[in-house]
Amino acid sequence: MLEETIRKAKTENDILLMTHLVLGYPSFEENRKVIKEMANAGVELIELQIPFSEPTADGPVILKANSQSLENGTKVAECLEFAEEICRTHPEVSFLFMTYYNIIFVYGEREFAARSKQIGIRGFIIPDLPPDEAESWLSECREQELESIFIFTPTHSSQRLKELAEVSHGFVYCVGRRGVTGNRTEFDASMTEQIQKYRSATDLPLALGFGVQEKADIDFLMGKIDIAVIGSKLIVLHEASGAEKVGDFLRSLRNRN
Amino acid sequence: MTKVGYYGKYGGMFIPEILHSTFDQLIRVFDKAKNDPEFWKSYVNLMSSYSCRPTPLTFAENLTKQLGGARIYIKREDLNHTGAHKANNVMGQGLLVKRMGKSRVIAETGAGQHGVATATMAAKFGFECTIYMGAEDVERQRPNVFWMEKLGAEVISVQDGSQTLKDAINAAFRDWATNMDSTHYVMGTVCGPHPFPEMVSWLQSIIGIEARKQMIAINGDLPRKVYACVGGGSNAMGIFNGFLDDPDVELVGVEAGGLGLKTGKHASRLASDDGYLGVCQGYKSMFLQDSDGQMKDTHSVSAGLDYVGVSPILCHLFDKGRVRFESASDEEVMEAENMTIQSEGIIPALESAHGFVQAFKEAPTLKKSEAVLINMSGRGDKDIFTIAEAFKDKKWKDFIRNKGEQYNA
Repeated sequence: MLEETIRKAKTENDILLMTHLVLGYPSFEENRKVIKEMANAGVELIELQIPFSEPTADGPVILKANSQSLENGTKVAECLEFAEEICRTHPEVSFLFMTYYNIIFVYGEREFAARSKQIGIRGFIIPDLPPDEAESWLSECREQELESIFIFTPTHSSQRLKELAEVSHGFVYCVGRRGVTGNRTEFDASMTEQIQKYRSATDLPLALGFGVQEKADIDFLMGKIDIAVIGSKLIVLHEASGAEKVGDFLRSLRNRN
Repeated sequence: MTKVGYYGKYGGMFIPEILHSTFDQLIRVFDKAKNDPEFWKSYVNLMSSYSCRPTPLTFAENLTKQLGGARIYIKREDLNHTGAHKANNVMGQGLLVKRMGKSRVIAETGAGQHGVATATMAAKFGFECTIYMGAEDVERQRPNVFWMEKLGAEVISVQDGSQTLKDAINAAFRDWATNMDSTHYVMGTVCGPHPFPEMVSWLQSIIGIEARKQMIAINGDLPRKVYACVGGGSNAMGIFNGFLDDPDVELVGVEAGGLGLKTGKHASRLASDDGYLGVCQGYKSMFLQDSDGQMKDTHSVSAGLDYVGVSPILCHLFDKGRVRFESASDEEVMEAENMTIQSEGIIPALESAHGFVQAFKEAPTLKKSEAVLINMSGRGDKDIFTIAEAFKDKKWKDFIRNKGEQYNA
């Protein structure tokens, strides 16, 4: 199971890295290159985002990547085929699908879960599917032994955090601040306090995302959380400097100075 | 954890976790207001002093004679302050914002009506206000943008996606996910996550409650059929609410047929075969989407109906056979617009004219002793740029050219 994979990896690294990319942006060929770089840099988990026309939880960078990918003509079937190839090429990495619920709903929950299992996907992050609406989807995931990752946010009550912890498997995705993906986050004392609140709600590994952009952020998070998530920053870097630079950047993040 | 806000298989609350507590609060405040007779009283008082409620019911005598069938009545939502039914929902939500103690409102707008109404409400109540509008709509609706800005609102031109209403809704959600502590999102229609469909439908029911009483007082009987245009569906739900318990009154929703249902360039989610069940912008409903679940571009001569989704409540009423759905093409809409202006001296918004199209088709088939009711959701005269362009009016074009030259000089 994913939780065990994460715990095992944690014996080798103080903090794990989870990266993100939008399938078909800038192209599947570039996706292939950057995933190779990520894997070579030792990234443990990668979110593959299947693009959706209305990505309401995403900020400008990922939003643009979604619409550009769709303009390129990206289809769900292609994303699945590509994911299958990538899971086969990089068995050492845990791949997750990130997408919006309509993609799964229209494909068919049962079919999507079964196909994901066959591909070698480990779990799902679906930002617009709260557990309250996810009963049938969760039972499909259980059947396929796939993990549903839910999201802790700073606006949650302790009661809601507990409810979410109960339905989460694998790990919990924690949001560092209000807002959408990509904006700057302050890594300070209030963040530490926030993480403590998350920690007391669950024994599952914690991933923290939204606004993680540099080595200093990773240093801050070291020992506080299990997985650092880097999303928008890598898309920008990939766009500006190419896939190799993404690899260099990722390698630099966990270097001991 | 239980599902809430369902109408048959439609509706629900597909919201990001970051907004969970915000929706908890909104549901709490709305439920309390709904069960508090004082709230409704203050709402009606506000709408009768700040707007023109009750809006009149007009007997369209000339159209009735011309068409030679049922008596035609028009519910005059155009005579609301700011010129459309949108003001009802907005002022009602304004009262809720006060109860929640928030200081800022945001809204999406397509044609600009809902944006102007929200900016007006914000000016009156002293709230900060930001309006999200698709870049393409900002281009098409400069006069409404002008008024929003004059009313003190910040108008943000949304450059994402198709740059229309759905993209403006996405942008408003992103703002809300960041500023929920101070901000309420004034959703303009009976769509989106629970409690919006129920809340907006409840606030708009003021139209139907008045219209039913007026039909009995003026016509002596209920109408045989009630017509309303349907974008998201707020004016339709508003007037239909008054007649849901009258099984002999047929309810007819009219969607944008655009260039024709067969061309694919329309916004008919229920009247065409192109709508499929999906989940988008927080609710489960019928959407114009492709086989992957990506939302399609829609088309209509009226920006207010140019939207991919439709109210979950209306979908349910459609499934139950309680509401019939039809579509009106851009061309039919311009004919009905012209006929209403010339016969009655009344200028419907292009959105509203969709309802007129279907009523004109069916009134002649009914008896003279029967009556039909059309909800005129808004006035068209203030959308002079859009309507003059839709009529391809040559003198208007000359005027604009000359005006442009004067500004260049």
